[in-house]
Formats: sequence, C-alpha cells, structure tokens
Amino acid sequence: MTQTLRVGDLSRDELRHRLHGAGLSLRSGPLVFEIRSREPEIAENLPRLYADTPLGNAAFADFHVEVRRARGLRGWLKPQVEFLIDDRSPFQPLPRPQSFAMLEWGMNWCVANHCHQYLVIHAAVIERKGFAAILPAPPGSGKSTLCAALIHAGWRLCSDELTVLDPADGTVVALARPVSLKNASIEVIGAFAPQALFGSEVPDTKKGRVSHLKPPTDSVENVGTRAKPRWVIFPQWQAGAALEIGAQPKSHAFIQLAENAFNYSMLGETGFELLGRVIDASDCLSLRYSRLDEAIAWFNCLADEAAR
Amino acid sequence: MIRDAVLPVIRAPESALLLDLQGWDRLIREARASNLGARIAEDLAGVTTADRLPAEVRPHLLGARRLAQRQQVATLAEVERVRAALADGGIRLVLLKGAAYLAAGLPVSRGRVFGDIDLLVSRAQLVEAESMLLKHGWISTHHDEYDQRYYREWMHELPPLHHVARESTLDLHHNILPSTARHPPDPALLLADAVETRAPGVFVLAPADMVLHSACHLFHEGELDNGLRDLVDLDGLLRHFGKDAAFWNRLDTRAEALHLEQPLRYALRMCELLLATPFPAALLAGRRAWPADLRERLLEQLYLRGLRPNHRLAGDRWTPPARWLLYVRGHWLRMPPHLLTAHLVRKAWRRWTGLEFRSEERDEAEVLKTKPRSEDRGLA
Repeated sequence: MTQTLRVGDLSRDELRHRLHGAGLSLRSGPLVFEIRSREPEIAENLPRLYADTPLGNAAFADFHVEVRRARGLRGWLKPQVEFLIDDRSPFQPLPRPQSFAMLEWGMNWCVANHCHQYLVIHAAVIERKGFAAILPAPPGSGKSTLCAALIHAGWRLCSDELTVLDPADGTVVALARPVSLKNASIEVIGAFAPQALFGSEVPDTKKGRVSHLKPPTDSVENVGTRAKPRWVIFPQWQAGAALEIGAQPKSHAFIQLAENAFNYSMLGETGFELLGRVIDASDCLSLRYSRLDEAIAWFNCLADEAAR
Repeated sequence: MIRDAVLPVIRAPESALLLDLQGWDRLIREARASNLGARIAEDLAGVTTADRLPAEVRPHLLGARRLAQRQQVATLAEVERVRAALADGGIRLVLLKGAAYLAAGLPVSRGRVFGDIDLLVSRAQLVEAESMLLKHGWISTHHDEYDQRYYREWMHELPPLHHVARESTLDLHHNILPSTARHPPDPALLLADAVETRAPGVFVLAPADMVLHSACHLFHEGELDNGLRDLVDLDGLLRHFGKDAAFWNRLDTRAEALHLEQPLRYALRMCELLLATPFPAALLAGRRAWPADLRERLLEQLYLRGLRPNHRLAGDRWTPPARWLLYVRGHWLRMPPHLLTAHLVRKAWRRWTGLEFRSEERDEAEVLKTKPRSEDRGLA
C-alpha cells in the first residue's frame, strides 16, 4: 500500500499551484473537499492548519468550493471575498482579511446543508475511549473553548461545530477540522496548551477577533474511527462560578438536539429514531464552570467511569 | 460537441453504470445545478441497486432523494394550506407547474424538487387572493418600489409571497404571459377548463393547457437556470398525456385558441431533438419542416445550448453568448423596447455597484444558518 499523502507533504509551490489551478483536494473524514483560491490568506493558513489532513482523490470530490475576490464597484473601495460552492455563492461576501475564516465557515455550510445521508447537528463533539460527548450550546457559552482545551488533554476532536451522526448505526462521524476560537479564548487556549498551533488572527469580524486552531495530529489520524454517543452535555462558562453539574431531562435534551439539527425534518422518521437512540444511550447533563482544569478533570472522570 | 453529463442519463438511466468516478463527479455537479439530482436518483433506483454504484456516489443520491421526498410531503401540506386560505375568500385554487404535477400525481413529479408554489387566479380576483394570503401569513418579498412596479404593471404575476413562519414561497399569477407581451393568452379559457385533482378543491390545468403553459413558460423565459429541468417536465407530460390519442388534437386546438402555436412548436422540436420525445406527424404545430427558416435555425442553435445544465463544465464555446442572447430574447418578449432598455440598465447598475449586497456582515453562526436556495431546502 502506498503511503497516504497529506497536505503538509506538498511544497509551498505545489500547494499554490493546486489552489490556483485544478484545486487542492483534501479529505475530512468521509468527505472530500476540492478547494480553489488565489487568496494569500488561504495559501498561508491551509498548510498550517491542515498539515496532517490526507489529500483526496483527484477524480471525485463531494464539494467543489472556491473563495475569490467579489466583483463590482464595492470591491475597489473595500475588497471583499465570496465563497462559492460549484460556482454558486450561497451567502454574501465578507471583507478580504476574513477569507480563510470564510472558507472554514463555507465548508461547514456545505456539510450542514447538503449531507442528508447523515443527521447534522450544530454542536461540538469529542471522543475518549470510544465514547462521544456531544456539546450543543449557543454561541457565547464557551463550547469551543472547552472543546479546544479537552482535545489538548487526551480527548479526540471529532468536530467543534458539526456533530455528524450516521443513521445506519447511530455512531458519530468525525471530521477533524480546525477549531474556531474567538477573542479572549485565543489567549486562554494559547496559555493552556502552549503546543497548540494557530492560524493567522483575523482582527475585526462582526464578533471580534477570530483565529483557527490546528486539530491535534492524532485526531486527524484517527478520523475514521467512529464513536458511540454517550453524553449530551450543555456547557455554560460563567466567571468565578464553582463547577456545577445538573441532570437534564432526556426530553429536553432530545428537543435541544432536534432544534439544533440542520436537517432533522429532512430525515423524517429516520431522524426521530436516530435521535431517540442517541438520547437513550446518553447521560444528559448541564455543566457550569469557570476553570478549565476543573471542567477537564470532571470530563476525564466521566470517561473513566464509562470505560469501567 | 456540446458537453452535458445530465441528458444522456435522463434518456437512458442505466448508462450511468458505465461512468467512471470522474464521470460521476461531473454528473452529480451538473445534475445539482439543474435541479435534476433527485430525478436521476429516482430513475437509478428503478434500474439498479445501490451496491452496483460507487461508494462515493451513494450518499449524494440518497441525500437528493431524501430532499425531494421531504419537499413533496411539505409541498402537498402547503398546497392544502393555500387552498384553505383562498377558500376563505371564495377563490378556487388552480396550481401551475411543479406543484400541479405533484398534486395531480403525474409520473413527471418523481424526484421533482420545488423552489416555490405557482398558482393562477383571474385578474378580477387578484386583489382578494392577495389579501386572503396575507391574512394567512404570506407577505410580499420585494419592498423596493421599482420591483413592485415592475411586477404589478408589467408582469403576469405578483412579486413572490413569502410565508412568515414556514418560509414557503408563492407565485401568484393572473396570466401565463406578461401583460406587455405581444399576444397574451386569455386566462379565462385556462381557468374555465381546470380539472380537480384527488385532493378536493385543488385544481390543475387541463392536460393540453398544462403542456401549453409549460411550453410558453420555457420558451419565453430568459433565465434558463431550470431550462433543462423544464424541458424534462415537458417530455414527461407529452409522453404521459400522449398515450391518449385524443390529447394531440386537443393540443392543436388549444394552441390556436390561446395563441401559443409557436412555443408549442419549439417545445415539440426541442423535446424531440434532446429527449427523443415522440409526437404524431400530423400535429399542426409540428407539421412544417424544422427548421423552416433562418430564425428557427438560429433559435435551435441557441436552445441546444440554453437547455443544458447551467454549469461551467457543460456546454461549448458558444454557450455563454447563446445564454446571453436567450436572456435578452426573454426580456424582449416580455417588454416593449424602451422599458426593456431601462430595466436592463437598472439591473446591471445594481449588480455592478453591489447594491444587491447591502445587507450586514455576518458571523460564523449566521453564515452556518444561511438557508440554501429553495430547491435545496426542505420546507418547515
């Protein structure tokens, strides 16, 4: 068997050549994205954040995406970029410095809106000892920060944004793509995990500073390993709060997951049965925390107990 | 040669089994751009089993079928709500296009996806219909004064109506061609002959009228994003209704009564050329040799390119100018020259200055929640 080629194996010139030409094809779990762009931000960040990610097959891609300069008068006054899936732009352009973030957000959008072979939920998901913890939470709850800390403390990253469930067997499908962090979280994770690798920081998006974090190498290497849903945890960061765990009624957790799913109604009965299986197999808990080390110790206890 | 991955598979679904991975990649992309992915997935399910298809391809076919099935359930439910809303004002629901094919249970509705629900009321009932729909939550989407005037004065339909909670879109028509067209047909004829479907109170156009509307819509339209899909619709309607020999006579008579002989002629010929659709030689609209003159020769060359997947990989070097000419032709047919010039200049200016994108910048969560175009979306 030939060795898998990874994004990090490409020379700078080769990478640029592919991005400018036929496209750089990369494999995120079961999905292949073919990416084209002439934006320097993208050529800069892709090899850093996707270094361990395997290259895809040149013949077939699930999504053909592109980030390019938006045309028109506005482009001269304030350069903007647009995200295209197969030459169609699903949402409005963003300022040019956000081009890499836009690629990431656009790729998430593709999965959320087109992968109806799966149930896709807006939630982070991480794995340890074969068991998955699903973290659905509104923006601002500290979900991504917690997820970023846990994947540098022995947990495997499946996804920080999209929980992908396979109706065939009820398992979590990992994507192992970069984690998006905002504002103070960037420094918090920088201090917590000095080995963590960041992409370039975008100074002023609508929600402040944004930077992407490279997924740990072992998360990318084990991306094909399915995980069994075991917990549904609703995290809430609160300054100065002591660690506090609460039980969530399963009915509430079910409704929360269904409401946070992008294609729950699309799957009809299949979606209902799948979520039922996930909730049946999971402890449903709420977590209030202020200190990452306390939260991580608690998560590790959960994993140890489940494995026993 | 005009490249096109979709038509060969529509004509002969089993030919897809011979594709290599690169061929499948093109087929899926071009089919998605043409809104024919679910149709192809349904056709393939009829001729093969999933295990004979490449693993990379299966999820796309499965996803496309799920989407279409979900949309069909949601569309029928929405049709019932529209029926009830109009019934409040004593107005009969007459569906057009995709929703009509579905409500009538026609074979052409298999794998059909929907962007909106089209309905026809008489001009006299238009105001009442709009207010009944408003009362039930459908509001006008275009707030720009020019857009409102464009639709209300010159078009044959109102600006799309959008449901505030369920996000369904209705196109409320009072005719099947713009008021500014050279020979607009008399919609009273269409409404008088409408037939009731299995769903009580839900009407569709009579078979010949349904074909004529489909033809007149396609061959007056300038933006052919769904051109190939609409041609596939026409092919399916002709093959289905054509089993009844009396249908063809009726088609001729109605085409004349509605002044739609020309679009019918184009429809028959393009269906024959691209989809080998059979029709009797004695048919009036098809009797004269094709192409009869230079004009028809040119139109054929334009439509051979326009009625293809609207995707970079499809077509040939003449496709971009052909699409542009068809776009201009579509507007030419619906507006007198002075209005047309002003309208196109205005549209180009708005696009170029970016006025269409004036809304606010978005963040991660908002981008993620952006809805796909309506054909790719399951209604709430």
